[in-house]
Order: sequence, then C-alpha cells, then structure tokens
Amino acid sequence: MAMENADYKKRQFLSSQIDLSKFNKEDFRKATDEEKQQQDVMGESTTFFKDGMRRLRKNPLAMGSIIVLLLIIVAIIVAPMICPYGYAQILTVDGRRDKGATNLAPMEYSDMEIKYMERTGENLFPHLFGTDSMGRDYFIRVIYGTRVSLSVGVVAAIMVLIIGLVYGSVAGYFGGTIDLVMMRIVDVIYSLPDMLIIILLSVVLNERLVPIIKGTPLAKLGGNMISMFVVFGLLYWVGMARLIRGQILTIKNNEYVLAARSIGTKNRKILTRHILPNCLSVIIITTALQVPSAIFTESYLSFLGLGVNAPLTSLGSLANNARGGMMTYPSRLVIPAIVITLIVLALNLLGDGLRDAFDSKLK
Amino acid sequence: MAKYIIKRILLAIMSIIIVSAITFFVMELIPGGPFNKEKAASPEVIKALNEKYNLDKPVVQQYVIYMKNLLHGDWGVSLKTGRPIWPDISSRFAVSAKLGGFAMLFATILGIIFGAVAALTRNRWPDRLIVFFTTLGTAMPSFVLATLLLLVFCIQLAVVPVWNSANPNYVLPVIALAVYPMAYVTRLTKTSMLDALNQDYIRTAKAKGVPRAKVIFVHALRNGLIPVVTYLGPQVAYILTGSMVVESIFTIGGLGSAFVTSITNRDYTTIMAVTIFLAILMVIANLLTDIAYKIIDPRITFN
Repeated sequence: MAMENADYKKRQFLSSQIDLSKFNKEDFRKATDEEKQQQDVMGESTTFFKDGMRRLRKNPLAMGSIIVLLLIIVAIIVAPMICPYGYAQILTVDGRRDKGATNLAPMEYSDMEIKYMERTGENLFPHLFGTDSMGRDYFIRVIYGTRVSLSVGVVAAIMVLIIGLVYGSVAGYFGGTIDLVMMRIVDVIYSLPDMLIIILLSVVLNERLVPIIKGTPLAKLGGNMISMFVVFGLLYWVGMARLIRGQILTIKNNEYVLAARSIGTKNRKILTRHILPNCLSVIIITTALQVPSAIFTESYLSFLGLGVNAPLTSLGSLANNARGGMMTYPSRLVIPAIVITLIVLALNLLGDGLRDAFDSKLK
Repeated sequence: MAKYIIKRILLAIMSIIIVSAITFFVMELIPGGPFNKEKAASPEVIKALNEKYNLDKPVVQQYVIYMKNLLHGDWGVSLKTGRPIWPDISSRFAVSAKLGGFAMLFATILGIIFGAVAALTRNRWPDRLIVFFTTLGTAMPSFVLATLLLLVFCIQLAVVPVWNSANPNYVLPVIALAVYPMAYVTRLTKTSMLDALNQDYIRTAKAKGVPRAKVIFVHALRNGLIPVVTYLGPQVAYILTGSMVVESIFTIGGLGSAFVTSITNRDYTTIMAVTIFLAILMVIANLLTDIAYKIIDPRITFN
C-alpha cells in the first residue's frame, strides 16, 4: 500500500514507524500457490525408525551382514527340506548300512553309493561337506549345528533382555532404597566370575536335570543347554539391567514424565508408555550385541564338552569332535569354524551398524 | 579414597564368599557320594570314611570346615588320584601364569600401539587395516584360532615345534590367547584416543607449539589410556578362562587343561578347588583394577 502521501515523511524523530515509501504495491501482493509451496518443508516427514533405517541402508557393512545372516537363516530352514539325510542318520544304501561311507571328503561318494548309482542310474544327493567318522552326512550336521547355535544365541539374548529390562526399570524408576539394594545385588553378581560359574553349574545341573527333564522335549537339548540358560538367566542380565537403569534415571527427569505424573498417571503406565519407548534404541542395540556373545559362550562350553547332547550338535561341539582327526580331515574343523566366525562377525557388524544408525550417542 | 578402598575390599571379600558358597552348595546337589563305586564298600567302611571327611555333618558345618581348611592351605584331595590338590594346582598354575602373563603383556602393549596408530591415521589405510583385523579378532572364538594356528604352523608348515614340557615353545599359545584381548584393547584405545584428541587441551598444546610427538604421547595417549586400565581386570578373567581351551588344544599341562580334564573326569573336588582358586584370582584382579582406576582418575566415584 505504497500511498505516496507526504504525511509519512513528517513522522516524528525516533519514531519506529516503518517508512512505507521504501515499498511499492508489488511487495504486498498475496503469495501465489507456487510461492507457498516453496515454504513447505522439503522432503517427506520421517519417523525415528525410518530415519535410522535410512542411515542403516547407507552402511555397506551392516547391509552385507544382513544379507549374510539372511542367507544363513534361509539355508538352515531350506536345507533340511532338500537334503535327504538326517543329522543323526548313519548313511545307508538300499536299506543296508554303508560301512564305506565314513570319513568321506567333500563331494565324494562311497563305493557302495557309486555302485548303486551305476546300477539304478539314479543320482544320490552329494555329500557337500563329506561325512564324519560315524558315516553321517556332515553338511546336514553343520546345518543343524548352526540351527542350535543361532537359537541358543537368540533365546539367551531374549532372556537377558526380559530380566534385565524388568529389573533395571524397577530399580531406575523407583530409586531410593529399592534402587540401592537392587544395585548392590547387581554389583555382587557383576563381580562373580561368570564363566567359571557357568562351567560349574553346567557340570552339576546336568547330573540333576537329566532325570527331571527325561521324556520332555527339553531332553533332546540336554541338561547342559538348560543349565546354560539357567546361568544366563541368573548372571548375564546384570549388564543389561545396569544400562537400562542408567537410561531411565536420565529419562525420568524429563518434563513430560513430570506432566504425566501430575495428571495422576499410574507408575506402570508411565514406565511402559513414556519411559521405555525412549530407551528402545539402546535396548535393541544391546540385545543385538548379546546374541553373538551368547553364541560365543555356547561354542566355548561345547568345546569343553559341556554342550548339547549327542546326537544333536552345535557348531562348537562339531569343532570339538573334529579335533581328533584334525590332521587328516581338517575340513571338518574348518567348516564349523568358518560358519561360527561368519555368524559372530555378521552379528557384531550389524550391531555396530544399528548403533551408528539409531544412537550416535552410544559410540 | 580410603573409604572407597575399604568398600571395594569388602565387596571383593563378599564375592569370594559367595562364589565359594555357590561352588560348595552346588557340589552338594550332585547325586551320589564320593564313595559310591562299582565295588560297593561295606556300610561300616563308608561310615568311617564319611566320618573321616566330615561328610556326616550338616552341609553348613561342612562348608565352614572346608573354608577353614582352605584358609590353612588345605584344598582337599582329588577324587580321581587321591593325592592332595594344592601342590598340583600350584605347580600347574606356574605354567598357566607364564602363558597368561605373556599373553596379557602382548595384548596390552600391542593393543595400545595399534589403537593409537588407528586413531592417528583415522579413515586412512592403516586404520582400516587395523579395524578389519580387530573385527575379525573379536569374531573368532579362541578355540578356532588356536586349532587353526596349530594346524597351519605346527603341522602343515612345521615352522614351530609342537609343545612338549621339556622344550616349551610359548609362541603359538600366547598368540592364540592374546588375539581377542588385543583386539579389544585396540578398539578401546582407539575410541578414547580419538576422544582425547578432540579435547580443548590438545588444541591448546598444539597452538602453543608443543611438538607433535609430545602432544600425542604426553597429552593424548596418557589420557586415552585410562579406559584401558579398566579392562585389565576383565582381561585377567578372559585369559584365565581362555587358557582352558588353548591349553587343552596345545596340550600344555597348565591349570586350564587340568580344569578341563577334571570336568571330563567328573573329579568334583578338583573342579571345586580350581573354581575357587580362579575365582579368587579374578576377584583380586578386579579389585586391583578398580583401585588403580580410582588412583589414576580421582573423578570416578564408587558406583
């Protein structure tokens, strides 16, 4: 509204009135739709999860790890359907025990199998990794070993997560004497040498548990595995509990928690609605990193002969059994060793990638 | 400070008591007694034996007696050999301590060097190389590494002789034991060194014209080493448990392999004695680490 009247020029000294003579009518025109669009925020709005996933996708190591892990998971699901052999099955040809099928090299057929194939013209499924000293197909044993090792890792991580989450959040949220007592208990458990106690309990509980679990599906896993889970449940959650408590201590001082409390929200709801979702990223990352550590522990125990019960097997016990014939049949040791290293490596890299993508503070 | 140390010592003593109690009472859970053999002894003999070894008394009293004996240096007798356990533990521990000591020394020194190099050459090839190998090192279980080393260097290439007690060669076992803690120390040093290098006092030192070497070694590395000290305690624990596997693979007659043998033999008294012995070592290592950490960095408060 650049009305060129002289009144404006006669404004008072030190007046804060805008000198409209500097503007013309163009400046006060309404914005067109096109111009309005320029003001819109560029790009779509993103959630916390989407943003993290975008960063994760840019990380080649983490994506490579996901691919490796997916391949392994597909392999352990699909391979038992394709491969005609069982993990505990001693090879037979035409219903008769194949005594020559022991200690075969990878891709090798035994004499009986070759004769059988010549006679019938039928192709037998190759022994991709050879056979072991009892004449069992080694490929399917590695597949089952991977199954066991991976599930042990995942189950242990979930157990640690649940116990640590409940314990840590209660201690952190209520604070005061409850926190003090609970954290002293954590301190003591933390200072116990966990590996020794695992070994000890595995030795002892095995003797006790075997009669109890006889006949149940748990018997297949064996007392050693159960006692390992017991120990994980008893000892390994302390790290998680400490971490979650620390997170909650910082989060609970936020204004929105105060607001929720002042309108009379119940403790449980404040915890589950307001506090826990905010430490979700830390929880996920720590759980992801717990899996390889559990796999490590399991393989270590299996290697000491405290692993799953025969004929079921894990990667650690496969490696342990292969030690005897290490010089003549190195492939039997090398294969489970490579698989275990690959899994742990992929999980570690994925965990690191998740950490970088979702929580840069944790670095 | 004194209060902190006393608190920490009390916690350590409590841990030792708890571990020994767990060990003792857990052992009680094992079905059957030590004198159940295939050749059944007469009830009188078993009664006499039970009386001799105080097995007729209540469990809590047995525990007190056991601990009392322990404090007097009596660690009991092996169920398999019938010989006292302590001389065996102490002589075997000498071997393990040498192995573990070398491994710790290697792991810490090399880890610090690699970590510092990685931090100083961040995102260039030495850093990437070190990161690659440390990631691999933390992903490889010690038994995998130990067997591969044995397979390649002792058997295929035959450059290192296989272990024998007359002419011990510590090279391969020490490498097998040291790789994991070394990778860990490297990562720790790298992160804390990078952190230290970004601090204001480094910039000030550079601005004052302090020589680069002095900035790195005196200002950055010294402060970057503090977190490494905290890892020393857990490192002792790792090395002690790791040596069980490494010693059995290289057939070294140390404490670790003795423990593994006693597990396979179900030699319960030896398992118990070695567990308590190792637990005491680990607790003491953690105690010393915590106190050292407090001395180095007085800002740390107890919990």
